[in-house]
Amino acid sequence: MTLTVDDLRVHYRTLRGDVRALDGVSFTVSDGEILGLVGESGCGKTTLGKSLIRMDGRMRHIGGTVTLDGDEVPVGDDRAMNAFRFHRISLVPQYSMSALNPTRRIGRMIRELLASRGVSVDTEELHRRLALVGLKPEVLERYPIELSGGMKQRTVMVISTLLDPSLLVADEVTSALDVSNQKAVAHALVGLRDQGLVTSMVFITHDLALTSHIADTIMVMYAGRLAEKAPAGVLTTAPRHPYTRRLLAALPEAGVRRSQGRLSGIEGSPPSLLSPPAGCRFRDRCPLADDRCAEQPPVVEVAPRHHVACWKA
Amino acid sequence: MLTLDRVTKTFRTGTFSGSTLTAVDRVSFSVDRGEVVTLLGESGSGKSTLGRMILGLTAVNEGSLTLNGEPVRPGKEYYRRVQGIFQDPFSCFNPVFKADRIFALVKDAYHPRVSAADWRTRVEGAVRDVRLDPAQVLGKYPHQLSGGQLQRLLIARALLLDGLEILVADEITSMLDASTRIDVLNLLGDLRERGLGVLYITHDLSLGTYLAESTVVLRNGRITERGATEKVFGNPLHPYTRHLLAAVPRLGVDWADAEPVEECVFHAAGAEGDLYEAEPDHFVACARLPECEGR
Amino acid sequence: MNAMPPLGEPASEPAATSAPAQEAAREAAKEAPKETAGETGRPAAPLSPGRETLHYAVRNPKLLIGLGVVTVLLLTGLFGPFLMDGTDPNAYSGSQAVPPSGENWFGTTTFGQDVFAQFVHGLRATFLVGVIGGGIAAVIAMLVGFFAGYRGGVVDEVLTMFTNIVLVIPSLAVLLIVNAYLGVRSVPVQGLFIGLTSWPWAARAIRAQTFSLRTRDFVDLARLSGSRTWRIIFREIAPNMSSYLFMTFILLFGGAILIASSLDFIGLGPTDGVSLGLMLQSAQQWSALQLGMWWWFVPPGVGITAVVGALYVANVGLDEVFNPKLRES
Repeated sequence: MTLTVDDLRVHYRTLRGDVRALDGVSFTVSDGEILGLVGESGCGKTTLGKSLIRMDGRMRHIGGTVTLDGDEVPVGDDRAMNAFRFHRISLVPQYSMSALNPTRRIGRMIRELLASRGVSVDTEELHRRLALVGLKPEVLERYPIELSGGMKQRTVMVISTLLDPSLLVADEVTSALDVSNQKAVAHALVGLRDQGLVTSMVFITHDLALTSHIADTIMVMYAGRLAEKAPAGVLTTAPRHPYTRRLLAALPEAGVRRSQGRLSGIEGSPPSLLSPPAGCRFRDRCPLADDRCAEQPPVVEVAPRHHVACWKA
Repeated sequence: MLTLDRVTKTFRTGTFSGSTLTAVDRVSFSVDRGEVVTLLGESGSGKSTLGRMILGLTAVNEGSLTLNGEPVRPGKEYYRRVQGIFQDPFSCFNPVFKADRIFALVKDAYHPRVSAADWRTRVEGAVRDVRLDPAQVLGKYPHQLSGGQLQRLLIARALLLDGLEILVADEITSMLDASTRIDVLNLLGDLRERGLGVLYITHDLSLGTYLAESTVVLRNGRITERGATEKVFGNPLHPYTRHLLAAVPRLGVDWADAEPVEECVFHAAGAEGDLYEAEPDHFVACARLPECEGR
Repeated sequence: MNAMPPLGEPASEPAATSAPAQEAAREAAKEAPKETAGETGRPAAPLSPGRETLHYAVRNPKLLIGLGVVTVLLLTGLFGPFLMDGTDPNAYSGSQAVPPSGENWFGTTTFGQDVFAQFVHGLRATFLVGVIGGGIAAVIAMLVGFFAGYRGGVVDEVLTMFTNIVLVIPSLAVLLIVNAYLGVRSVPVQGLFIGLTSWPWAARAIRAQTFSLRTRDFVDLARLSGSRTWRIIFREIAPNMSSYLFMTFILLFGGAILIASSLDFIGLGPTDGVSLGLMLQSAQQWSALQLGMWWWFVPPGVGITAVVGALYVANVGLDEVFNPKLRES
């Protein structure tokens, strides 16, 4: 068992009070597993990703624990987290351009970065890893601006995994890329896992279709809580939570025409997380909701590895 | 009908340097009333530049742009008939004014004599037409509304113009959540049923095919393939179109390896802007397609 | 078009939220405004934009305090001299170097001039040179900056080149030469020359701001509504930088006062008259500090600081009034 998150609560401090961005989320990621984390804006998926690596100034750790390979991760303590970052938990950010120093050649940047962590560069190993994500060794002699978006994203992936971390958090890494680059980056991520360079991975995205191709397990979040978590194939074909179902129904597929069947979105919007209503948070938009939903549904394992937080599931 | 005939746009790369960059290269197609045309392209394909040229926000270097046979002259009269909606709804609203101001600008320019009360009724009608509750959205500042609400208000604004014929929608759903995206798309489809022509510019293949009667695939400023949507995606002829189609992740369908564009034997030769008619209403920019089909 | 039936039932719920790409930035912030929209101290009846700005303006302490201090000083400078029976502020009227007293409120100089009389007249001259110098510079900077930034291309190149040329001209040297040839004898002429030489940096700053605002989609939308260039500049772009423009004016205003003081210091000030700069300069020249005559240099120093500082505080307040996002916090 690699990562265990237990009842994690993280709030954002604002002038109007605390925004409960992450309100009691529990899940596990096993060795070699890629967890796809899906949800709409404001559901807390980015907050969760940030909590695992670095909280920003407005975030506060309210409760819950994170355990990695048996050691507790001090998510609320920025300084204590230094021992984990890069060595055991690493991040590939959404905008790799801002992660790379524009005035340094890639190779020099890597040498400096490793030197600051007290590690020397194994050039052959570096070349092997670049090849793994489909990059030529020549990129080491280039400046970031000379690389395309997809190449930069893959370069950052190699840099992030140089120390073979246990957990890699990939936050919306494909969102800013064209479809053809998306695929190369997604495959490179899977390759890193297959080669054992990272033990497991949390892949955060808003694109359910893309996740279904690379993740082993998909977790859907809604308004700061877990809605459903299941193996990728099960979640996309036999979802149990009404939110997951409606979300899948709102996705047009290439080739599907409106004349063949009109899709519809989900009416309404997620509740404010400043003072969220009691009970199921999807209640107001849910077609199945009844009085029972005024009580918060627990996360139940309805089938092996299939967890749902819904009374109706 | 809005017709583009060999429209070209080149940018100078420096003020005093002679080097230029061709963003749009001899593009021809048309958008008729009552149809949705999808303009599909990846970043750098020139699709947004093309949209801006149709809206008169960027000058056309060569080629012609005509509306019902008349050459396009951007200005008040043209904008009565051709309007646009853009990608980022938050950037479309002037943050220091209330969101309603976009309607006030339309009134000042096009309906100065309508009384305030009548205008309010019309605005409320247009807002209801885009399925918003006037009481919830009017009188608010842009930052108090969501992206989906703002995007709908922009569509409502276009509806206030009496003579509207063509609507250019540039990536209007790319900043919206999946659960709202489809509603905004359906709205565009409803507009078509009211006799509007819609040019839907997008990079998202699945969203593009959902609505459009015809599709134009753009790559590096040139059309690679265009025609009826069923034909372009049912029987893609150009290697690039096949590549795009293969690269899109689809639920429950294996993510097949995309056909690399560079491997097309005829790719290097390229087409010189002219499209070859492969079948009725299906054009492809591969002049050597007959040879290719026969190999 | 409006006679046609509606497309569907109006949704009773607000639609979904912003882009996934911007999630991180907005995740927390967006919760706040959405739910209290329309009830945060906003008057029930809809007000016109001007009335609404006023509504917030009269409730902003920073703006009221800043403007209050400026108004008091301005009134002192405007009407003070009339109340002093038109006495010459430079007249050697009383005993020499006495500290503040009931007779000489701010004391007297080494030569027996009344410091309060000088201060009141000096304030007037200081405001005048600030308004003329800062005003002229602000107008030129706005015209050049807006036009260059909005039009871009060749217009921008030419105007920027012109701005840079004026920027690198050593303005003090030019002022020296102008003075030597024309002989500046009055405060307005001094202000005019300061205004004509001090605008370039402000023009560059306004150009940069305009340049970034011009690419925002609401400018395109205004063009699609048939608005013309200057209307877009003044009705769409300028309101977005109103506090920035006011800030620029304040800095130009303060700068003009300081340049005037420097000119006064090297003997190129208005030969007949008095200004806060001239007072500081003569206090320095006659060793007021060493002699412990604090009442000679403190009033002009405090005067200059108070004018510029109060305007700055007012500017922060104005920022809150103009920016609807800051109002709610």
